[in-house]
Amino acid sequence: MKMLRDTYALFGRLLKHVLRSPDTIITVTIMPVAIMLLFVYVFGGAIETGADNYVNYMLPGILLMSIASGTAYTSVRLFSDREKGLFARFNSMPISRSSLLIAHVLVSIVSGLVTVFIITAIALIMGFRTNAGILQLLTALAVLTLFMFALTWLAVIAGLGAKSVDGASAFSYPLIFLPFISSAFVPTDTMPFAVRVFAEHQPVTSIVDAIRSLLCATPAYNAIWVSIAWCVAISVVGWLVGRRVR
Amino acid sequence: MRNIINNAYNTSNANGASTANNAHNGTTNSDFAVSVTGLTKAFGDVNVLQGVDFTITRGEIFALLGSNGAGKTTTINILSTLLKPDAGNVTVCGFDALLHAEKVRENISLTGQFAAVDTMLTGRENVVLIAKLRGIPKSSEVADKLLADFGLTDAANRLVSTYSGGMTRRLDIAMSLVGTPSVIFLDEPTTGLDPEARLEVWRMVKNLANTGTTILLTTQYLDEAEQLADRIAILHAGKIIANGTLQELKKLLPPAKREYIEKQPSLEDIFLAITHNTRSECDERDEQVKHSKEVA
Ligand SMILES: Nc1ncnc2c1ncn2[C@@H]1O[C@H](COP(=O)(O)OP(=O)(O)OP(=O)(O)O)[C@@H](O)[C@H]1O
Ligand SMILES: [Mg+2]
Repeated sequence: MKMLRDTYALFGRLLKHVLRSPDTIITVTIMPVAIMLLFVYVFGGAIETGADNYVNYMLPGILLMSIASGTAYTSVRLFSDREKGLFARFNSMPISRSSLLIAHVLVSIVSGLVTVFIITAIALIMGFRTNAGILQLLTALAVLTLFMFALTWLAVIAGLGAKSVDGASAFSYPLIFLPFISSAFVPTDTMPFAVRVFAEHQPVTSIVDAIRSLLCATPAYNAIWVSIAWCVAISVVGWLVGRRVR
Repeated sequence: MRNIINNAYNTSNANGASTANNAHNGTTNSDFAVSVTGLTKAFGDVNVLQGVDFTITRGEIFALLGSNGAGKTTTINILSTLLKPDAGNVTVCGFDALLHAEKVRENISLTGQFAAVDTMLTGRENVVLIAKLRGIPKSSEVADKLLADFGLTDAANRLVSTYSGGMTRRLDIAMSLVGTPSVIFLDEPTTGLDPEARLEVWRMVKNLANTGTTILLTTQYLDEAEQLADRIAILHAGKIIANGTLQELKKLLPPAKREYIEKQPSLEDIFLAITHNTRSECDERDEQVKHSKEVA
């Protein structure tokens, strides 16, 4: 009860942060959209994916990219709360211990979902079409949310452990580029052996494959389970380490 | 037993003006708002606190003096349950800071060395947030009253990022008063403030003490301790090397140092005299300045 009340109050506060600095949503959206435009209208003609609609093909990877760059802001928010002494203030008050972190995680997911909806809307304008049913769409959304949740825990580690704001957001850079070395933009079988082994065994490939299959209404259950396993594993490790950092 | 003590204390606090009563109530543990014995704390090789002992009587203003790095903030962080001590006993309002941290948190509030305010919110939103987290039913009424008390009504709906340092500090202290905690820790509340803002914080601390609140403040300004504190302790090399009223401490201080203390206010007077006319801050401050001139 008290936990809900405290989480709600702290969630409202962080949501105001997001609403009052729309740049956090805009920057997170612009880069992946620019890449999407570039790939579709510049390189698209030269890329052979076997798919007849390249927007459909690359949308999952673009979404993962925007989620990764969005969690950098989660990390920065945590860092600044710690740096400004707000954690100390809240922790010296009789509030529920976990509410502070839960509020940060929730805001991270809410702003991630907003980004996902904006980018999907732009993709629709660019010709994205899906014949997925409502259940498949919801499953795709659930996998994306789980991915946000997993990366948010990495953001917690970075935000609480960093020595500077730049350090707090730097963790997301490799994550933003992970889609490039995956099945997100081109099929992995054209890649050199070493790159291909990496690409086929990193989480982004299975998550991209899972979402792509769901959007095509031909669910690849194997990829879906592997994605869920990756996200749960990352979350658990992030949570265990994050608790220590705190 | 502990609960009874605590309730009795809260009641006297709510009734206000218990400053004088508390000091003469006998010598049971319940008289102490804060009791610290044999407190030690080290960060790696640095032994910051090496057996700190002191007690603070209810309703008292207690000043902890010490130079940079003496361990004032460390002590306050342990008292406010943010840090765990290596050894020793720490009791706040009859509750052990380690065993009953939650109870301690219900009775205290912390104003840290650096203002802990949310600059992305308005002043009002900051106070309302704290009120909600403290479970106070009429959070917006409480906020309006506190903001008025601290001369922040006009700025209440502005983002805190637009506040001056003095306004930020006042908001910071206002946030600490939400829910009338019985013990307040103020870590260098006037560092970085101009002399007028300092006087205002002093006035506020005195008002708080008059309502029966126990105050532990740290400072590097000797005149601040002199003006405010009922009792002063000096933390040096990990221990409390002196503890007593100003009169008691004056006997310990070498004359050279006393001369320095006496000089300080006169410079302050000059500064206030030549700056207050050109200021546009609230009238109350000006009154305060005039008052201090008269005293001088
Ligand atoms: N988290 C920490 N890790 C390592 N050392 C610390 C930590 N916190 C404090 N210290 C060290 O402990 C000593 C006491 O610090 P503390 O902040 O308590 O001093 P202080 O009396 O508040 O000083 P100041 O007047 O500068 O605020 C310093 O030497 C400081 O470097
Ligand atoms: Mg300090």
